Amino acid sequence: MGKTLAEKIWQEHVVKSAQGEPDLIYIDLHLIHEVTSAQAFDGLRLAGRTVRRPELTIATEDHNTPTQNIDQPIADPVSKLQVDTLRNNCAEFGVRIHSLGDIDQGIVHVVGPQLGLTQPGMTIVCGDSHTSTHGAFGALAFGIGTSEVEHVLATQTLPLVRPKTMAINVEGALKTGVTSKDIILAIIAQIGTGGGQGYVLEYSGSAIRALSEGRMTVCNMSIEAGARAGLIAPDEKTFEYIKGKPHAPENWDDAIAYWSTLYTDSDAKFDVEITINANELEPFVTWGTNPGQGAPLNSVVPDPALIQDVEERGAAERALVYMDLKAGTPLKKIAIDTVFLGSCTNGRIEDLRSAAAILDGKKIATSLRMLVVPGSARVRLQAESEGLDKVFMAAGAEWRNAGCSMCLGMNPDQLAPGERSASTSNRNFEGRQGKGGRTHLVSPLVAAATALRGTLSSPADL
Amino acid sequence: MEKFTTHTGNAVPLRRSNVDTDQIIPAVYLKRVTRSGFEDGLFAAWRNDPEFILNKEPFKHATILVAGADFGTGSSREHAVWALQNYGFKVVISPRFADIFRGNSAKGGLLTIVLPQEDVEALWAAIEASPELPVTVSLEARTVSYEGVNVGFEIDDYTRWRLMEGLDDIGLTLNHVEAVSAFEKVRASFKPATLPAK
Repeated sequence: MGKTLAEKIWQEHVVKSAQGEPDLIYIDLHLIHEVTSAQAFDGLRLAGRTVRRPELTIATEDHNTPTQNIDQPIADPVSKLQVDTLRNNCAEFGVRIHSLGDIDQGIVHVVGPQLGLTQPGMTIVCGDSHTSTHGAFGALAFGIGTSEVEHVLATQTLPLVRPKTMAINVEGALKTGVTSKDIILAIIAQIGTGGGQGYVLEYSGSAIRALSEGRMTVCNMSIEAGARAGLIAPDEKTFEYIKGKPHAPENWDDAIAYWSTLYTDSDAKFDVEITINANELEPFVTWGTNPGQGAPLNSVVPDPALIQDVEERGAAERALVYMDLKAGTPLKKIAIDTVFLGSCTNGRIEDLRSAAAILDGKKIATSLRMLVVPGSARVRLQAESEGLDKVFMAAGAEWRNAGCSMCLGMNPDQLAPGERSASTSNRNFEGRQGKGGRTHLVSPLVAAATALRGTLSSPADL
Repeated sequence: MEKFTTHTGNAVPLRRSNVDTDQIIPAVYLKRVTRSGFEDGLFAAWRNDPEFILNKEPFKHATILVAGADFGTGSSREHAVWALQNYGFKVVISPRFADIFRGNSAKGGLLTIVLPQEDVEALWAAIEASPELPVTVSLEARTVSYEGVNVGFEIDDYTRWRLMEGLDDIGLTLNHVEAVSAFEKVRASFKPATLPAK
């Protein structure tokens, strides 16, 4: 019987396998950032251990970093200490770092691909759950905790239990105004926040093939369906994207020969297979406090009383209280205070281009503010070279420097209590973007249209 | 890591599903560079509400957390495990855990137990009827026991052995360092390196 893509990559990275034990898996690339690495380096020091392969490790500063006045010292002393600790650790252990102000600084999941370090068939880990992003290149990539960060630093391996596999086949053509973000939000609403638990999700089908950078958006939010990793088999588009990047393989032909073997065999069996009809998808937004609580933008806030499952009903009731929403309210009537365009989900150049195209020559509603935060310093420069910064600023949006920013509000970019956002990020958890803040997850197109109208909107409403 | 064999303590019923790690510990508490002192951030937003279960006697002293399904979803922050442990929790019981949270817990010695929803409901009801009910968790026997009720749970032999012995995972792996070196010798040469920077 044939193998799935996940099984192929797994098998090629098994260092040691024994009955009744997890497999010991070799890690090709370890990405680190300031929030989840300090205690890991401390652990190394305490045990007198070193970083086994510094040349397979790279650091960037993203979670804590301010998006304004980046030439000044970080104002928050606790954030500053954490960033300084990363810098010191990288210097001590010989790890390459891209600090605030460096041209290659940015969100760790934007930096890896743009440097060409993310390549098909690799195992990639990072102390960040959105490491699943890199699966868009046909790499097995997943988030790890700080103990595992320490483990990888010390051994370049991880003991792991082989995951199950789930195929998500997205067939058809997306309607105008429907994006990769809507695909993944619809998938999460269908299978639930725990539906992917224990699985690697492999996305396939014509709608996935048609995507370019949007593949990263889909894989990025696999974790929101409970799956540690999402995968897309590499193809010509993938190869073209990597070609010419700083760390693209010098031995290109060998790499292509190998990458071309990275697909799921036709006779391979997945543990679960589901199919999504892309033709029927609509712009999708969340109304609740977990990413599974979403609905088409054209619908209304659901009535918890109509939800059969007792647990889900209770969760929906609590979510509506927190979100200050009434069942039956049309989603398009919900007024927004802040629009956030950015994050590892939707902070790449294609995202900025698509939003700028909607905003071009128009003004955002006076009732709200809009933050545009490029995913990396290079994305920012690229956008500026295309004049996108001028489009955003002329529309009344704020043009910021790169980082995680308001996705999780570890830096000064936060929602005030009760403030409501339309956010292109990945999590609508209670307080995620600031204590008491209320988040609606949206695509960059919906974010831009919402900024113009002041209420949740799609470009078709303009 | 502290060895875990058996634990008896009070339990707290957290009747919520989808308790994500942003709720367990909000991002603003993640800026510390130590492994201790995270108890002040545990369920920080919810603990502002005096009616929150963990603010009530005797639940505030509980060492076993009994939660709804999909506990620990979202961010991979191991700080969530540290916050629970720093507060005093030894065990979390739920019908389903997020993968990364469960892995992090096992690394740090926090025991996570999966019980079917009906067993969790029964345990919630029992604790609510008598809040000081002692609950015993035996990793050795793989059981949760209270008031004459004895529920078995599954945990793989390897994780159980590691927790019972309090073993350091890195140390275990370093015992196989020759296998790692052998693997590195045959790794494809076209795989990227971060150094030298290009």
